[in-house]
Amino acid sequence: MLSVFLEVLRRDLLLAWRNRADVLVTLAFFTIVACLFPFGVGSESNQLRAIAPGVLWVAALLATLLSLHRIFAQDHSDGVLEQLLLSPEPAVLWALAKILAHWLTTALPLILAAPALALLFDMEQSATAVLILSLALGTPILSLLGAVGAALTLGLRGGGMLLALLVLPLFVPILIFGAGAVDAHLSGTGAAAHLLLLGGGSLGALALAPWACTAALRIAVE
Amino acid sequence: MLEVTDLACLRGDRMLFADVSLTVASGELVRIAGPNGVGKTSLLRLLCGLAVPEHGVVRWKGERIERSRDAFHREVLYLGHAAALNDLLTPHENLRFAAATHGHPTEAARCDAALARIGLEAQRDLPAKVLSQGQRRRVGLARLYLSEDVPLWILDEPFTALDVDAVKDLAAWLDAHCARGGAVVMTTHQDVPFATPLRVFDLAESAC
Amino acid sequence: MESAQRFSLFRYAAPNMFYPLAGRLAPMFAVAAVVLALVGLYMGFFVAPTDAVQGEVYRVIFIHVPAAWMSMFIYLVMALWSGVGVVFNTRLSAMMAQALAPTGAMFCFVALWTGALWGRPTWGAYWVWDARLTSQLLLLFLYFGFMALTAAIEDPRRADRAGAILALVGAVNVPIIYFSVTWWNTLHQGASVSLTKAPSMATTMLWAMLIMALASWAYTIAVVLWRVRGLILERERHTEWVAAELDAAEARA
Repeated sequence: MLSVFLEVLRRDLLLAWRNRADVLVTLAFFTIVACLFPFGVGSESNQLRAIAPGVLWVAALLATLLSLHRIFAQDHSDGVLEQLLLSPEPAVLWALAKILAHWLTTALPLILAAPALALLFDMEQSATAVLILSLALGTPILSLLGAVGAALTLGLRGGGMLLALLVLPLFVPILIFGAGAVDAHLSGTGAAAHLLLLGGGSLGALALAPWACTAALRIAVE
Repeated sequence: MLEVTDLACLRGDRMLFADVSLTVASGELVRIAGPNGVGKTSLLRLLCGLAVPEHGVVRWKGERIERSRDAFHREVLYLGHAAALNDLLTPHENLRFAAATHGHPTEAARCDAALARIGLEAQRDLPAKVLSQGQRRRVGLARLYLSEDVPLWILDEPFTALDVDAVKDLAAWLDAHCARGGAVVMTTHQDVPFATPLRVFDLAESAC
Repeated sequence: MESAQRFSLFRYAAPNMFYPLAGRLAPMFAVAAVVLALVGLYMGFFVAPTDAVQGEVYRVIFIHVPAAWMSMFIYLVMALWSGVGVVFNTRLSAMMAQALAPTGAMFCFVALWTGALWGRPTWGAYWVWDARLTSQLLLLFLYFGFMALTAAIEDPRRADRAGAILALVGAVNVPIIYFSVTWWNTLHQGASVSLTKAPSMATTMLWAMLIMALASWAYTIAVVLWRVRGLILERERHTEWVAAELDAAEARA
């Protein structure tokens, strides 16, 4: 059973490697969106420091959103998804492997790039650390919930916009707790509550989202 | 082995066919016939459980397939229109992935033998995107040479885009599968000579 | 075998049994909605006393509060029908969910609109990022998402089932969104005068509000039944009973 999980994970990572331009484009998008804000709101460093956590979280959210179609779209169009659904192994396993591969190839690079962007916004070191932690705990929810949205909109006309409409409202709590963690840390109340909620949310999404995702995939290939 | 009762299929809001009943015993070679658009592919997808029928039941060894989906999928192989190849992976990688996710982890040598059998040993390490239509088709079919122990084969137009020799070889392999006690349900527009008596099921009679 | 037959009977017979029933019930609820709304509005706008703090403006609550209740409640009902549809694979429940969504979105919009009208004189701005208003706005987006998804999928059966999954995922998230927005709101600004808490309820106010809530209920049921009838006819237009129904309607005309 585990072998299917590993096999799918290995294949998706290999594909991401052969298609690494995609990963880099997502990363570049993340950076550019974050860099737009100073032009919009002014370069006053106190203000930048105040908006930095929110800006980086919104940028991460949008970058994830743009990459979501990658999880299933290719497999759907070339027929691999059908074959996976005919696999005798439980579908949640390979769905989870695909979601994990997405997280590793999309969210992880963003998390690694975030400290550099935090420098551009003149964030304090401890605040940067909290931001990284909040991203690490919160982005799995983005991948998990986003995969459900991606599966629901698979193969639809205008699927990209529709996907945004479906998942962005669901992402709001993650944004609130993610960006809020840094604010709470800076205001002295401590970020523990926010981070715990994000971690709990990740576990909850981990338990529920793969099932919704496979149900949506079965509907999509029919 | 496969038992279909009163199957009806709805596409969009058009009823494609209704009251399809069919039994496939082991050793049988069944060809689903009928003009284009009558729902042959839809029927095959219902048989392997990819689609849910509007009405009716498909049973495998007496069990409804949706009740024991994983066990049924262990015993069925479906090859559809799409070859299920990823363009960035080589035929060898695609084949091994397909076998592994279907619960048949296969050594590299066996995959190579299957590819050689279907005439693709030279393309073993090329990305699938450079293959021709016929070659892509063959990579998909190579799975048949790794799936002797899967009893039910459901094949959608397996002979399309194959040359004469490949058609002959594949027909012999399907005969061998039936002789082993397997069963084949397929669609084809070509007249292929089989040793096994071919049972033709005309879907046009059930069309709505 | 027997269970299979009962199952299909359930599945096929339900819409054509339900269609005439809905046709009989809808006008009754429509009449009830009009009567209740007239009574409720009269009580709310002419009988209920003027609020000491907010003056006449507060009277918008007789529309705002029932609309806000309904918008949240309808989402839950939608999710419930979706759940029934997923578990029992019944067509009618998906149609119910799809018939409910526009009404839910409408109430959501009414709640936001009346909230903004009330906010201008009370808070000095049409929009304040108040927890209730913000979660109402997100709920409106969830309704839009549901309607957009079911509209984008051509195959009605796929649309039903995809919509059901989305409604269930949404229903799990609604409390989380509400909780997170409240949390965010209390951190970012002190609790302001809230639309629902402000006036200490006089008995007439309470009655007016309850009657308006009942009117919204009756309205929702009437509209949803009508919409479901439309959906049933559209979905089952190839069946004999719909053809017979249409012939009968033509003969009457």
